[in-house]
Amino acid sequence: MTQPPIPEAGARLERVIEVQRGAGVNRRQVLAAMAASMALANTACSPPPRLQAHPYVNLPEGGAGGQPMYYASAFVRDGFAHGVLVGSQEGRPIKIEGNPAHPSSLGATDIYAQASVLQLWDPDRSSVVRQRLAREGDARVAPQIASSTWSAFEAAWLECADALADPHGSATLRILTGPMTSPTERALLQTLLARGPRARWHVHAPLSDAAAADGAWMAFGRHVAQVAHFDRAQCVLALAADPFSDGPGAVRHAMDWSSARTAVRDGIAGARAPVLFAAEATPGLFGARADHRVALSPARIEGLLWRVAAHWMPELTPADVGLADPAAAAFESRLLAALREAGSSALVIGGAGLSAEAHALVLALNQRLGAIGRTLTLIEPPDAAPGAGTLADLVDALKAGTVDTLLVLGANPAYDAPAVFDMPHALQRAKLLVHAGLHVDETARLADWHLPLSHAYEQWGDARAHDGTATLLQPAITPLYDTRSAAELLALLAADPLRDGHALVQRQWRTGREADFEAFWRKSLRAGVVADSAAPPLEVQTARLPARLALPAESPSATLTALFVPDAATHGGAFANNGWLQELPRPFTKITWDNAALVSPATASRLGMSTGDVVRLQAGMRTLDVPVFVQAQQADDLLTLPLGGGRRHAGRVGDRVGFDASVLRPASAMTLAVTLQKTGRRHEFAVTQHEIDQHARELLRTVSVGTALAPEPKRDQLYPPFASPVHAWAMAIDLDACIGCNACTIACQAENNIPVVGKSQVAKGRAMHWIRVDRHDLEEIDNSGFQPVPCMHCEQAPCELVCPVGATVHDSEGLNVQVYNRCVGTRFCSNNCPYKVRRFNFLQYSDETTETLKAQRNPDVTVRERGVMEKCTYCVQRVARARQHAEREGRPLVDGDVVTACQSACPTRAIHFGDLNDTGSDVVHARTSPRHYAMLAELDTKPRTTYLARIKPDA
Amino acid sequence: MVARDPRWALMAEYDSAEALVAAAQAARDAGYRQAEAYAPYAIDGLAEALGARRSRIPAFTLVGGIVGGLVGYFLQWYAAVVSYPEEIGARPLHSWPMFVPVTFEMTILLAAFTAFFAALLGNGLPRLAHPVFDAPDFDLATRNRFFLCLLTDDPAFDEPEAVALLDSTAPIRRDEVAR
Amino acid sequence: MPSPRTTDGEVLRPGWGYASVTAKIAGLVLSRPVRWPWLAAFLATLAMTLVYLGAMTWLFIKGVGIWGINIPVGWGFAIANFVWWVGIGHAGTFISAVLLLLRQKWRTSINRFAEAMTLFAAGMAGLFPILHLGRPWFAYWLAPYPDHMNLWPQWRSPLVWDVFAIATYLIVSALFWYLGMLPDLATMRDRARTRGKQVAYGLLALGWRGEARHWARHETAYLLLAGLATPLVVSVHSVVAMDFAVGNTPGFHSTIFPPYFVAGALFSGFAMVLTIAIPLRRAFQLQDFITEVHLDHAAKVLLATGWIVAYGYLVENFMAFFSGDRFEIAMTVDRWTGFYAPVYWAMLACNVLLPQVLWWRAARRNTLLLFVLSIFINLGMWMERFMIVAQSTSHDFMPSSWGLFIPTRWDWIFLAGSIGMFAWLFLVFIWLLPAISISEMRELVKEERDEPRPPARGSSHRSVQHGGSDGRA
Repeated sequence: MTQPPIPEAGARLERVIEVQRGAGVNRRQVLAAMAASMALANTACSPPPRLQAHPYVNLPEGGAGGQPMYYASAFVRDGFAHGVLVGSQEGRPIKIEGNPAHPSSLGATDIYAQASVLQLWDPDRSSVVRQRLAREGDARVAPQIASSTWSAFEAAWLECADALADPHGSATLRILTGPMTSPTERALLQTLLARGPRARWHVHAPLSDAAAADGAWMAFGRHVAQVAHFDRAQCVLALAADPFSDGPGAVRHAMDWSSARTAVRDGIAGARAPVLFAAEATPGLFGARADHRVALSPARIEGLLWRVAAHWMPELTPADVGLADPAAAAFESRLLAALREAGSSALVIGGAGLSAEAHALVLALNQRLGAIGRTLTLIEPPDAAPGAGTLADLVDALKAGTVDTLLVLGANPAYDAPAVFDMPHALQRAKLLVHAGLHVDETARLADWHLPLSHAYEQWGDARAHDGTATLLQPAITPLYDTRSAAELLALLAADPLRDGHALVQRQWRTGREADFEAFWRKSLRAGVVADSAAPPLEVQTARLPARLALPAESPSATLTALFVPDAATHGGAFANNGWLQELPRPFTKITWDNAALVSPATASRLGMSTGDVVRLQAGMRTLDVPVFVQAQQADDLLTLPLGGGRRHAGRVGDRVGFDASVLRPASAMTLAVTLQKTGRRHEFAVTQHEIDQHARELLRTVSVGTALAPEPKRDQLYPPFASPVHAWAMAIDLDACIGCNACTIACQAENNIPVVGKSQVAKGRAMHWIRVDRHDLEEIDNSGFQPVPCMHCEQAPCELVCPVGATVHDSEGLNVQVYNRCVGTRFCSNNCPYKVRRFNFLQYSDETTETLKAQRNPDVTVRERGVMEKCTYCVQRVARARQHAEREGRPLVDGDVVTACQSACPTRAIHFGDLNDTGSDVVHARTSPRHYAMLAELDTKPRTTYLARIKPDA
Repeated sequence: MVARDPRWALMAEYDSAEALVAAAQAARDAGYRQAEAYAPYAIDGLAEALGARRSRIPAFTLVGGIVGGLVGYFLQWYAAVVSYPEEIGARPLHSWPMFVPVTFEMTILLAAFTAFFAALLGNGLPRLAHPVFDAPDFDLATRNRFFLCLLTDDPAFDEPEAVALLDSTAPIRRDEVAR
Repeated sequence: MPSPRTTDGEVLRPGWGYASVTAKIAGLVLSRPVRWPWLAAFLATLAMTLVYLGAMTWLFIKGVGIWGINIPVGWGFAIANFVWWVGIGHAGTFISAVLLLLRQKWRTSINRFAEAMTLFAAGMAGLFPILHLGRPWFAYWLAPYPDHMNLWPQWRSPLVWDVFAIATYLIVSALFWYLGMLPDLATMRDRARTRGKQVAYGLLALGWRGEARHWARHETAYLLLAGLATPLVVSVHSVVAMDFAVGNTPGFHSTIFPPYFVAGALFSGFAMVLTIAIPLRRAFQLQDFITEVHLDHAAKVLLATGWIVAYGYLVENFMAFFSGDRFEIAMTVDRWTGFYAPVYWAMLACNVLLPQVLWWRAARRNTLLLFVLSIFINLGMWMERFMIVAQSTSHDFMPSSWGLFIPTRWDWIFLAGSIGMFAWLFLVFIWLLPAISISEMRELVKEERDEPRPPARGSSHRSVQHGGSDGRA
């Protein structure tokens, strides 16, 4: 800690928030909140520690000088590092960019990294140490929560620490953490465990599929992590897996796949791209991009796997090959051919819902194909926790009453543990429960002590990427509240002489590098990665084959198979209090502010259900009422239950949004047989896209490889065109690259201060996203197509013509600019926009009272008031910034100087932006492609945003 | 010269439009140029009988309309081309077809104003105080009676003659109107 | 030039003299005892007006988000109401101006209140474009004024044309109305018995004394204004139509809109005239002034304009398919079968089907039937406006952006409020001003007298009643 933060301010705000959750707020509390907010506002502007943080070497689009400073750091999700550049202005982190040097990013980001900046500024973040004065179970006194201090906690800790250290004592310590890859934290944890003879570590990873780990164990007798290389693959088979959205390597997978397709996209003769096969239970991004896709229940997918594997493994008993599936037959034969052809360039990936045996078989198959070492690297899991127990072990110990002190670090089992564990009561069995986290969440409310943790962008630390590469975390801002990093907390618990995160991390990395440490340190901080720290490939022996596949019997028609998946936006509830993510339309359903049980149309009609029906699911004793959403591309007789809804103590945004599927979730498996009955009740979803069929309007076009789209007929012009003499900005979006991950939407929201409007407003049709991602059912390829739609910046803009006050006009560089302070809000421009990309502030949407949210805003972008129209500006502020930078350097703007927010976030580089006057520019090249077309070209609006058609898979 | 006559006019009251028109005609024939006639509604030919000239209001209105149109068009041209030129939907700065509606409306507006005010001013209205209002029975001028006034200021005015003239038109009543 | 008496009845029942006509009409204002039905109506509409003003306040505080509008349907009730009211505001000027030029005697006894109706309807209409703005306090930005930043309206926008069209229409209609009323104000001045009224009407009358030359100028100017108002009647709704026709949205972008809107305007306007005239003549025993002849003529106009409107519907649907424009076709099919289809078919029933009863003379003479029919036509025309505004935008180019407009209770409050305020203003008008042009009625009396008349069908006792009473009553 370099600067003393302001605990009392945080404390006061905290208390006020408590009150606001309750009845009303009186004048005093409002004043208190204001005072606290002012205090926060002050801390919010303190720059990162001087002389310690090191700005990123190659600043994107010009960098410094009244311009954003970028700090290479990492956003840590589920323990894994996602390399980012934290862009901060006036000392405030406001925008996240990907770190090109980071293996999990290569410059791109996913929605979570983009939204992480809002998590940093979340007004509901825990800001003070809280101590509970009485137990909930204690009937005599009502539980009282009181703000406390770190020193108070340290004092309290010392007592039990001595007891734990006593070799003859009986006091026991259990530590429950999420997945942990940080070398520093792991080292400190080990010292802490070493101090107490009766201390034990448990890991709780709510979203990770135990079967996968067990499968690896089955096959190789050890735990392994799989690192896939899509760029080396000729044929990828995903079984119930979505490698484009699941796991820490998702962005990298998409990036590698996309770059492997470039040659094909450019129409180079004989070029080959990896052929994707998807057998998925529920629609995923990978399946939507797959060349060949089939929807099957997990059980049938295992059958398919078994039959396919048998071709390479004659020793597999062909006896119970599972149920042959007519629907899958064609897919299967094509798959076999492709796998045979690809050989060692094939890649098979298993996902959630498969049994351990299936996962073992997947690894074995990869090995037989020769993929291991080529398209698939096996490494020591960066989050391996040797000797650590599972959550189940901990619960047993708790129930047995053998846990004196339980320390929950960065986990929230009280919410996300399967209900079978009855966590809330189990936790109460610990004599002393200490919780450390970002929020005062469900677990924190049960704890005797709650300790506020620093956000990744506030702390010194380290973490590993999906391939094991280490990243040093450096703060882009001093902690907003009186918080500490996990490392600092562990140091305190382990009575480490060092307490400062900076020192701790340095100590961790100095060992072995004493000589050139300073150079190493600076270099690593600036690059955002520790050079050559990727995990070495493991040598594994021949995989043992599972005796037989655990094929569940065909489920009777009364019951359905429930499949538990992380919600596509709240990620199992961890991001439930993040407004951007709650309001993000889920890629396939376009649902916001909700989760829904997905069923296939066939199943729905069989059970007489329609979208919006509330049904009661029953599994054993437990029941759960969920709203049904009928979703094509879904496997029959399968019910997809997204995890992450129904938070009880997430915060003002995330409380009571959707249902909590973990109520039904079994202890370890990801599937469960449930019976279903209708309740007759209805539920209203807030959906942003009601029509999936594009009514043959060729908005999203497809072409076969090597063929060109019919050129648009030349249209006579009544008037001479206006010239854009200096620059003519344009955007081309490659629909063949887009995977519909929504990263652009969130990136735009963060960059342009786009407000969150809430469920009721979205339901009314008032979502504010400047770049939306439409999904269309493409009959020609029998799959989903995604189409990002920003403003088209039409050269003959219909919106401009009808504005009575000239609030939307063209500038000299061809941008269709919106003049907010001239807009009177007639909304005629939106009515007249064929692409419906304009967004209107029907009410006062942008929060102008919450200080921390104000601190997140981009100072270069106007915050719009009620009653004005807004829309995509091609990030005009970035254009201006780049121009100024070039002018300072006395050079002209060159291609790549201007990078829009959506473009820089895109994991598949689908978005090309640049200057039409620069004949060599990327966008000009894109517009010369035979796949190039303008949407609704017959309207002759001459859009500057155009598209490249998606390439059909060759049948 | 002699002091002005304390009376403003001699007034005769009739109960029919025909009587009034006849009387007005008689007065004019007798050389009266400033006689005034009052009726509860517009009577064809009455003004002519009194020798009113043809109204110039139509001419004024035409001018007003032309001016309005010019102003309207100039306003748009000046604003869009000279004062603050902007690229709007790639349309030319001087997109005359789209300037027509406002030009048209401005034409009508100014023409209407001219016609309205020309009529009022021509009639010397508003004029709230007038000698005839004090004349007996004159409140019936807006109901069902018809009046003729021979003004004393009229060069042709000669009291005995005037009285004789009025009586000869068989009014239902004759009075003097004070100034 | 048709005679004041038509073959099937008179536009003024016989037996009325200058004095009695004057007394009757002026008496409506000056000496009519306040009766409870009138008071009830007055208070009820006043209450609605206050609710309307309250709703406006809330609208300004919260924003237009209290309505059901959204993206894609950026315009909802507000603009539908606007177009509807403008349409209603057409009949008045049409009756007083066009029929005056056409020398239609039967206009005389209905033009005054028809003009009042026009003014109030246009006023209601003029409010909505301001209310529907996201930032109504900047409404004046649509008007040209010397701005220190040289900012001007964007002249290519039909909304600016609207501002000029509506403003001109309001002003000219007001001048026309006032000029025509000047002599009657003088009558009120002279008939008034209390000092206050005398002063008030006296000021309004500007000292009108009915001098012959004044009458001449007055008539000239009145005719000129009529001549100027006539193209306005056509232009206003044409401009309003261009608010849509200039847009490119399927359902908006149609060249037939201007004439079709004007016809619709007269259609709804005459419907509203009947909606008002029928209760009016009954409540104040004006059957002698507003006779079956008037209702019959109005009904014939309804029939005619109704057919033009029907033709408009026909052409719209035909062109959608004839053009082969897939967006137009999809929008049209959605009209027939989509979410708003019930509104569309109900609209056709009200505007095309029901008016056909007017082919029968008996129907045209049946006041109750006419009244009910006029209500249905008003309803139908409102539904037509709603379909154009809401349904078109809800179903345009991008299926992925299709969305529905569902009115909130605030939408309904604003519609009802404007109707209430309109009615209230009209009652105030009847209360304070002569609802029928007295001076023009006198002319009618004159012509009736000059005409050789067959033995009056109007019972003779009436002529005794009013007939010769031309002495100082």
